[in-house]
Amino acid sequence: MSTDQTIADEGIVYEGELPTEDPYSLSYETTGGTVYTVSGGDWDSISAPDEGERERIVVNMGPQHPSTHGVLRLILELEGETVVDTRCGIGYLHTGIEKNMEFRTWTQGVTFVTRMDYLSPFFNETAYCLGVEKLLGVTDQIPERARTIRVLMMELNRISSHLVALATGGMELGALTAMTFGFRERELILDIFEMVTGLRMNSAFVRPGGVAQDITDDQVARIRETLPLLRKRMKDTTDLLVDNAIWMGRTVGVGYLDLAGCMALGITGPILRSTGLPHDLRKSQPYCGYETYEFDVPTQDTCDAYGRFLIRVAEMQESIKIVEQALDRLRPGPVMIEDKKIAWPARLSIGGDGQGNSPEHIKEIMAESMEALIHHFKLVTEGFTVPTGQVYSAIESPRGELGVHIVSDGGTRPYRVHYRDPSFNNLQATAAMSNGSMISDVIAAVASIDPVMGGVDR
Amino acid sequence: MTDQQPVSPAEAGLEVAASATTLPEGALELEVIGVRHGAFAAQDGGDTSGFGGLVAPIVMPGPSERPYGAWFDAAADEIELALADRGVPMTTAVEKVVVDRGEITFFVRREHLLAFASVLRDEPALRFEMCMGVNGVHYPADAGRELHAVYPFLSVTHNRRVRVEVTCPDADPRVPSIVSVYPANDWHERETYDFFGIVFDGHPALTRIEMPDDWPGHPQRKDYPLGGIPVEYKGAEVPPPDQRRAYT
Repeated sequence: MSTDQTIADEGIVYEGELPTEDPYSLSYETTGGTVYTVSGGDWDSISAPDEGERERIVVNMGPQHPSTHGVLRLILELEGETVVDTRCGIGYLHTGIEKNMEFRTWTQGVTFVTRMDYLSPFFNETAYCLGVEKLLGVTDQIPERARTIRVLMMELNRISSHLVALATGGMELGALTAMTFGFRERELILDIFEMVTGLRMNSAFVRPGGVAQDITDDQVARIRETLPLLRKRMKDTTDLLVDNAIWMGRTVGVGYLDLAGCMALGITGPILRSTGLPHDLRKSQPYCGYETYEFDVPTQDTCDAYGRFLIRVAEMQESIKIVEQALDRLRPGPVMIEDKKIAWPARLSIGGDGQGNSPEHIKEIMAESMEALIHHFKLVTEGFTVPTGQVYSAIESPRGELGVHIVSDGGTRPYRVHYRDPSFNNLQATAAMSNGSMISDVIAAVASIDPVMGGVDR
Repeated sequence: MTDQQPVSPAEAGLEVAASATTLPEGALELEVIGVRHGAFAAQDGGDTSGFGGLVAPIVMPGPSERPYGAWFDAAADEIELALADRGVPMTTAVEKVVVDRGEITFFVRREHLLAFASVLRDEPALRFEMCMGVNGVHYPADAGRELHAVYPFLSVTHNRRVRVEVTCPDADPRVPSIVSVYPANDWHERETYDFFGIVFDGHPALTRIEMPDDWPGHPQRKDYPLGGIPVEYKGAEVPPPDQRRAYT
């Protein structure tokens, strides 16, 4: 046998005779331990299943699987390649953000919520701040400039989030160039975020009462410069996919969920709009002044993954329109509420050694006004109190309705904050979209839901 | 509430509340959920400010009287009629109605929650097609109603939102599941069970969803510790967040 030669090559001495009972899995002792030779081909010894009975197997896909959009575990019941039943296992990214927020001040809460759905941090922050402002009863005191900056950042964020949706969706279906292009263009927007807030992600920029920092004229000019490039590159990316026969073959008619299904499962966002219902909270229940912007709500009536893809593409174009309008209407003014009991006292500025507290502010509290120092200290350590009550504030995130239920007991910390994350809710549609389809279609369906596990698990 | 002292609202808060707090405008009664003692969070007797003896009740917005304003009255009328059709008087099903900050909350008694949810979904004049999940809130000092389940509803047709709140005692943490009416609530009810231990009767598979299956306790309850370790920084020790001074 040729095994003798192999063993001799490795310097292991074979002792004794080769056993011959089971020709398909030989095992014999050598000085290097037991050696098994599995040659396979024993199917003839296994009885064939009955013709009428189909074998059903359960396959765990994920949580460590490149096509499951993060740490999502799919438990698939399969008959051959056909999916009979789908269940989702989640919780792998649960970090107890909501619990942690109950032990920090209202302002510190922003730093936590921005880390939930990490692809749309500005939406998490804004939804939370709108809720806190509603509890405080100061919604109409938020300066115009702050509201415009919020819209600006949110719409840029919507583009970057949709780009990742296309990029990862493309990667999961094998369109790797779409992935590299999508992430490359997203970087343009993350550069803007870094320029404005100091951080690419998790910026904690939107604060109760306004935004953390003003946006300078230079930055506005930079954003304006970026937009044409973004437009051009976005076209390149989407042209790769829009009429691509392979992409359409993978997505058209896949992940079907009609209007009744969406209503029953509480689905919002691009999935709902792919059924033809133009439901968008920016239009129906405007916040941050969205009623004054001109934009369309793109819809499709195909109810499938391809329709959702087209909607995301169209929404990015609409977002660019909103960004341009927001840039046009930026007028000089405060970016934080007048009320000094709420407004964050510190002002950031950029010095020779980077971003930090503005020298004027430091000079005022350290050298000029003891009251200002006390005020600064109280507001930063103790925070402000929020009157008792509860609110539900909802905004249109890239994935659908992002709702925040906030309860205050009148203290300086949130009593309870709960995020109704659209990813969490929409992921429930996985079974409805994939049962009866092929395994490969499950990937396309999940990609079209675009769940972000940071938001699902929080 | 971050009070260290176990004082029940019945002992201290209600009396204080009755004497010292004026009723908010439009409120019928006080909704006391706890009592706050002192100021600056000094619980160790080190407070020399003189504010340490302060006792203040924590009062949530109380029930509202008609007219509720806006479309709330019309919706409440519709609910009342539809409930009557199902043989449930409004006063039996609904404990109270709170209108606060432009949002309406129906406090529904748990035995009538399913009927109430069906009314919200099925009545053409209401048509709340979507339930946006459920959220638990734990009020340990609210004796007999420690656990609250809060449901936001959205009507796409009429572009309206209502909130339904259901309470249950910690000793009997049961609320009927509305998954049969709103399938979207499947995961949300599992999450609320996971974090608060509210058992949703009739849920098809009420298991933990975020925490591991064998996890002991329900982490979002107020009596569940946050956890954490002290951190040393330049020789000083910073305690974990739940042991730091709280200014509430």
